[in-house]
Amino acid sequence: MSASSDAGYHARRQARWHYGEAGFWLIVLACGFVFPTRYLIMTDILRLALFAMSLDLILGYAGIVSLGHAAFFGVGAYAAGLLALHGIINEPVLALVVAGLAAMVLGFATSFLVIRGVDLTRLMVTLGIALLLEALAERFSNVTGGTDGLQGIEMQPIFGEIPFDMFGKTGFFYSLAVLFLLFLFARRVVHSPFGLSLRAIKNNPLRAAAIGIPVNRRLIAIYTLAAFYAGIAGALFTQTTAIASLDVFAFERSADLMLVLVIGGTGYLYGGLVGAVLFRMLQELFSTITPQYWQFWIGLVLVVIVLVGRQRLHRWMLYVPNLVIRQIAGRKAVVAVPESDA
Amino acid sequence: MTSILTNLFDGVAYGMLLFVLACGLAVTLGLMNFVNLAHGAFAMAGGYVCMVLVNRMGWPFFAALPLAFVSSAAIGIVLERTLYRHLYARSHLDQVLFTIGLTFMSVAAVDYIQGSSRVFINLPAALQGQFDVFGVGIGRYRLMIIAICGLLTIGLQMVLAKTRFGSRLRAAVDDPRAASGLGINVPQVFAFTFAFGCGLAGLGGALSAEILGLDPYFPLKFMIYFLIVVTVGGSSSITGPFLASLLLGIGDVAGKYYVPKMGPFVIYTMMIVILIWRPNGLFGRTAAR
Repeated sequence: MSASSDAGYHARRQARWHYGEAGFWLIVLACGFVFPTRYLIMTDILRLALFAMSLDLILGYAGIVSLGHAAFFGVGAYAAGLLALHGIINEPVLALVVAGLAAMVLGFATSFLVIRGVDLTRLMVTLGIALLLEALAERFSNVTGGTDGLQGIEMQPIFGEIPFDMFGKTGFFYSLAVLFLLFLFARRVVHSPFGLSLRAIKNNPLRAAAIGIPVNRRLIAIYTLAAFYAGIAGALFTQTTAIASLDVFAFERSADLMLVLVIGGTGYLYGGLVGAVLFRMLQELFSTITPQYWQFWIGLVLVVIVLVGRQRLHRWMLYVPNLVIRQIAGRKAVVAVPESDA
Repeated sequence: MTSILTNLFDGVAYGMLLFVLACGLAVTLGLMNFVNLAHGAFAMAGGYVCMVLVNRMGWPFFAALPLAFVSSAAIGIVLERTLYRHLYARSHLDQVLFTIGLTFMSVAAVDYIQGSSRVFINLPAALQGQFDVFGVGIGRYRLMIIAICGLLTIGLQMVLAKTRFGSRLRAAVDDPRAASGLGINVPQVFAFTFAFGCGLAGLGGALSAEILGLDPYFPLKFMIYFLIVVTVGGSSSITGPFLASLLLGIGDVAGKYYVPKMGPFVIYTMMIVILIWRPNGLFGRTAAR
């Protein structure tokens, strides 16, 4: 087998759906029926998962370290809030897409700033953009509601048929549907030649450019797409909680997001989903132990993760699932160790 | 006219303070290429040590300042030896995650020990109030800050340029391998520099309680300012960060005074524009490592 067809074979093999993946989504769907009293927290996890998936697209696949991903989340959140509050677009799904597009436009505009320079400059520029937007939202408090946030948002029924209920059941299934659709799309993207070229750029931008990959254009494209995803996550936040306040732009949100993705692992899309579940569970655990100081333990988790080494940690975490899969399916484990990143 | 001069004076004092706070970061981030987002935590530690000594134990303010330096430096060297040094060779992402984690821990820990409200350090009467020079209001405290920080800056420049340690540090930064080949103990030089930078941050934290405000969220609130100083200033010498801090201080004070509603907007825009225009900083080297 020649080298090129070999690479193609492996790429196609990786892109194929596995039983494990279908099982994962079935479990997620089943959660909606098994825990009918926990819709709010589960919706929260789905939202976070979508947001983390968005960061995974740029961090795990393109190697862009961003400290200001909350910027797009915030734009999506405020866009959805304003659309609903002023009754411009009443239909939630349409409003969701429009809010996502708003974040996407911002993502496209700022991507030119982000692709310039090295890691450090990127960190600063992304952080700066998020802080800038926060300052802007505070400045134009007549539009954004300032520190009180947008209040009195009332969501219309989805497609004019399915109303949001107070238990969050609609919100949960709505978020799940959005997450799944966007996941399918992201999965298609990262396994396409486009996605493969992103990995090449991440591993070595110079070499990628040398084999004819238009590095900057690819980075702009994926950054814009990730901004769209983050915007959708933000819009979901507003639509399911009916509030949008200044803290959507907060640095802590971007930092927590990093933690979510690091817990779950980068570069295989499920990292954000797994990480979101683990992160919320950790957060619940810590806030029951020390209600006011849970941040300390979150910080400790971050420090320990880095000191132990993310690679090693994921090998340990995946040891059991892989063992089970090997026993049941009797073949090589399918749950992959995430690639090294950034 | 006089209000402009007063603002300029306040801006210079603010900028000088930022420089003392951030120049340690200029070494770790600019020279050693380590992204240390937890730098503000060391400053906060110094500030709280000074506060406890002065307010609770009745130490004189000027005796507590060196202690703030020493305690932050001590924390710095312990952390450097135990944790930081393992991360010098790791990716920037790892460094960011690690130092964010440290920052969160420090915020929660200080909140736990000292409470979440803003603290003030009791100043001696000689430092309070202001006096007029040709109609320009000069705050005594700010004048002291300018004096202390100015002396420190000159001292730092002398140490870097004239002493043996300065040339070792520059050698270690320029090419660690060649430097260690020449018999320079590079890890030791880095550890010492790191601790010294932390100590300066602690001193800055103690001085800044009056002007910037000291509360457990200090490291998060001012992180961006420290980063701006270093990235905008570049890392070729300490003159770059120094000028950048002055620029930032004057810009911030003027921005708050003349366009209060735009507040931090001015600063962030300035930073982004400068970084786009010159990714290695205004006074940076052309090739970043």
